[in-house]
Amino acid sequence: MIMCLAVPGKILSVDTSHPETRMAKVSFGGIAKEVNLDFVPEAQVGDYVVVHVGFALNKVDEEEAKKVFEYLEQMGELAELDEKQSAEPGRP
Amino acid sequence: MKFIDEYREAEGVQKFARAIAGLVTKPWTLMEICGGQTHAIIKFGVDELLPKQVTLVHGPGCPVCVTPLEIIDKALEIAARPEVTFCSFGDMLRVPGSRTDLLAVKAAGGDVRMVYSPLDAVKIARENPSRQVVFFAVGFETTAPANAMSVFQARRLGLRNFSLLVSHVLVPPAMEAILSSSINRVQGFLAAGHVCAVMGYHEYPPLAAKYRVPIVVTGFEPLDIMQGIYLCLKQLEEGRHEVENAYGRTVQFEGNRPAQQLLQEVFQVVPRKWRGIGEIPRSGLALSEAYREFDAETRFGVAHLTAAESPECISGLVLQGVKKPGDCPAFGTRCTPERPLGATMVSSEGACAAYYRYRRPAA
Repeated sequence: MIMCLAVPGKILSVDTSHPETRMAKVSFGGIAKEVNLDFVPEAQVGDYVVVHVGFALNKVDEEEAKKVFEYLEQMGELAELDEKQSAEPGRP
Repeated sequence: MKFIDEYREAEGVQKFARAIAGLVTKPWTLMEICGGQTHAIIKFGVDELLPKQVTLVHGPGCPVCVTPLEIIDKALEIAARPEVTFCSFGDMLRVPGSRTDLLAVKAAGGDVRMVYSPLDAVKIARENPSRQVVFFAVGFETTAPANAMSVFQARRLGLRNFSLLVSHVLVPPAMEAILSSSINRVQGFLAAGHVCAVMGYHEYPPLAAKYRVPIVVTGFEPLDIMQGIYLCLKQLEEGRHEVENAYGRTVQFEGNRPAQQLLQEVFQVVPRKWRGIGEIPRSGLALSEAYREFDAETRFGVAHLTAAESPECISGLVLQGVKKPGDCPAFGTRCTPERPLGATMVSSEGACAAYYRYRRPAA
């Protein structure tokens, strides 16, 4: 797949037997694949990485991943507030 | 799967759809850059959740689509040689050149292999020292680090039977080409999330400022795309043109430094032809001086080949967001995924192919 398709997977184990390159077993919803970790030296077992053509491009930032859901919650609260305000008589 | 399923749930997508409906007061045209995003938008029907005033046009970010015909012809020429084992990602195998495609070369006895990763091609070269192994290195900034690593490893291993046929393209110069065109209609961009995972997004603030367009780094799941669209429209309605990141779980401002360093060592920036668009200055990568001995075009003497595209195909206008697939009289009749006339019907992620698959009126 050469499209910029990249899929998040969880690092199951890291193979340290090659001195020059770091390979890992990464699980994609239960299917394990060999993945090169040379571009993510900080990634460890248990981390999620975004994988493209056999290479991890980045670690998934779990804190950042929550933000869109927090944003949606705030939007929900604002919308409720808006509805209440527009229901008040005398407001434009 | 974690980090996928929760971004496909309808509730959040609907919330963004309602917020967008409440926000939009004028007609706006946005472009998603990446073919992966185009595919997701059409597949999940994201565009159908938007108000009528909002038009999504589909960008040039499909590497299969924009690989010029003459590079395909070079691949075919090399792959047909008896001493060559030609390795490619699956998507490129059925892309037609001027006369034939790689699958037909394989059927005629050529040693053409589909690989999942460029490292698979390095492995084949190690295990078959008597074969000349060529890897077809196409793609955007997302794929370039992997391909760079293959040739980096081949050099370290002293492999003299490995080479790359390189046709790498870069996103920001294509965005600038679209914005500076006299027929441009794009008012805001959803930037390609995985390109930015590698390159970061420090290249975008000057573009946003110069052309006064919002640019929002966007992911690939329906919720990501809706968030990108929402933020982009919010900027347009508020008269802002800034760079925002709606894909923070994968993208940082500075991008992936180790990957960028390897790209700098292995490749150099060159002008590149884009299928359907033409040559764009500083829009591609070629092997750097230090790695030139691994250049398949030189090794097999095919650098001189050129080819002309179908005059009927409007893919150049589709790739620049000026036309939509349905505007083409050949769409779905003289041009289909089985017999494509040009770039955007060639790959399953091309805009015309996505419309053909998901949006064809029932016969």
